[in-house]
Amino acid sequence: MGMTMTQKILAKAAGLDHVEPGQLIEARLDLVLGNDITTPVAITEFEKAGFTQVFDKDRIAIVLDHYTPCKDIKSAQLCKQAREFAHKHSITNFFDVGHMGVEHALIPEKGLAAPGEVIVGADSHTCTYGALGAFSTGVGSTDMAAGMATGLLWFKVPSAIKVTLKGKLQPHVSGKDVILHLIGSIGVDGALYQSLEFTGEGVASLSMDDRFTISNMAIEAGGKNGIFPVDEKTMEYINGRVSRPCEVFSADLDAQYTREVVIDLDKLEPTVAMPHLPENTKLVSEVAGLPIDQVIIGSCTNGRIQDLRIAAAIMKGKKVAPNVRCVVLPATQDIVLQAMAEGLIQTFIEAGAAVSTPTCGPCLGGHMGVMAEGERTVSTTNRNFVGRMGHVTSEIILASPAVAAASAIAGCVADPRKS
Amino acid sequence: MKVYKYGANVDTDVIIPARHLNDPSPAALASHCMEDIDASFASTVEEGDIIVAGPNFGCGSSREHAPLAIKSCGVKCVIAPSFARIFYRNAINIGMPILECPEAAEAIQAGDTVTVDFKTGVITDETLGRTFQAAPFPEFIEGIIQSGGLLNSLKARGVAK
Repeated sequence: MGMTMTQKILAKAAGLDHVEPGQLIEARLDLVLGNDITTPVAITEFEKAGFTQVFDKDRIAIVLDHYTPCKDIKSAQLCKQAREFAHKHSITNFFDVGHMGVEHALIPEKGLAAPGEVIVGADSHTCTYGALGAFSTGVGSTDMAAGMATGLLWFKVPSAIKVTLKGKLQPHVSGKDVILHLIGSIGVDGALYQSLEFTGEGVASLSMDDRFTISNMAIEAGGKNGIFPVDEKTMEYINGRVSRPCEVFSADLDAQYTREVVIDLDKLEPTVAMPHLPENTKLVSEVAGLPIDQVIIGSCTNGRIQDLRIAAAIMKGKKVAPNVRCVVLPATQDIVLQAMAEGLIQTFIEAGAAVSTPTCGPCLGGHMGVMAEGERTVSTTNRNFVGRMGHVTSEIILASPAVAAASAIAGCVADPRKS
Repeated sequence: MKVYKYGANVDTDVIIPARHLNDPSPAALASHCMEDIDASFASTVEEGDIIVAGPNFGCGSSREHAPLAIKSCGVKCVIAPSFARIFYRNAINIGMPILECPEAAEAIQAGDTVTVDFKTGVITDETLGRTFQAAPFPEFIEGIIQSGGLLNSLKARGVAK
């Protein structure tokens, strides 16, 4: 029986010729990642277990991105613990304030993820690097501790859902609409314990930033990972970023899938997810006009340069509605610089939006946009759970950068095709 | 051993809201466990109580703080038809017992008295007078549990320094 792309990567990393879905394996890790919330718990476990050495100081990345620049004393203590550990073990890829960015935008940008690699991160959105044809998945802090100590981790080989993309996206429709549509179709546990393997002629038309957004939210369908085939766009992206050799895997023609989902990109419309689950999707046209209090544009899902260009194109020369606070958070320092060079930051500020240094902040109700009782945000982030972004009665509508920008200007949920 | 019952897709943001992740001490996590969907949970839960929930328990964020919070409250185990995969890993890795059993998760009601035999996977609802059989763990995972968690099992194998 043939193997999927994910199965082939895992087989190689486990030193096996063949793996089957459900098989438990131990795989070598190319990168172990953590952030300022999960790394301290991993460090405590690492030290409690009596470990004194990391497996490879060049294959661990620690990014202080969630509650940074530190929002309070307790967060500062956590960062201090991570910082001291990174220095003690001479961790090469330690990213502190001034250099850090939202981890899943930063890691690919720094060339720390490449096709065929096995990457784990103590952050659920580690699945983002599937966009590069890597196997990458979120784990917990104890897994991170084990990975840092041994460079190995146990996995159950996943079965896969084949997601075939046809056609080409229409104007004002982007990767976010693709993944929200998919989650709406299969549900928040539709891919539980499984891979989402994207394929089909529609892949070629998707930009790398669209692919990152799509892979990023595989976890929101319960997926273990969400992986794209490697093509010219992938190679163009890693060229100049990755100098080490990497291996390109592709699914066998007779690979087995539990099911196939076909998405016709031509027919997709701007899509949103209503409170309080990412599967509660609606076409934006169905909910346009709903009052809002805040718009957040950023995060590991949609804080990349393409996202900012899309938002700025809609907001240029216009003003954020007086009833709305709009916060734009470019995901990395390089993206800030690029956005400045292109005049996007000026566009946002002239429109009346606040522009923040990179941070995960508002996405998880940390800082830089926490909501009060009964408030509602249109957000380009990835989760709209109860209380995720603030008060337990506040609401989040997940949307693309185009919908978010159009909504900021309109002062209510708005269709970017009409802005 | 009383039962707390919740619905489908209980996410880790409601198990332990992110606003409390800046203090990962067990006592702090326990004091805020479940507060956004059940404000009285943390003040009424007792050692040995059980959580029974719908499918996809623990979805969302990878925060290990979620099973830690539940464990730190004294909850003996979580029974659900299915668990989100990172929560599943985390629970096993820290030695927080979880049982997959759709029949038990559906039948058991809040407030029922329930006992669990972890060796056999047999769940007994004394209030209903019914027993249920949970899915057994694969041998490899059982080994991690028997070692007292992932790091202990690695130490026992001598694969880390």
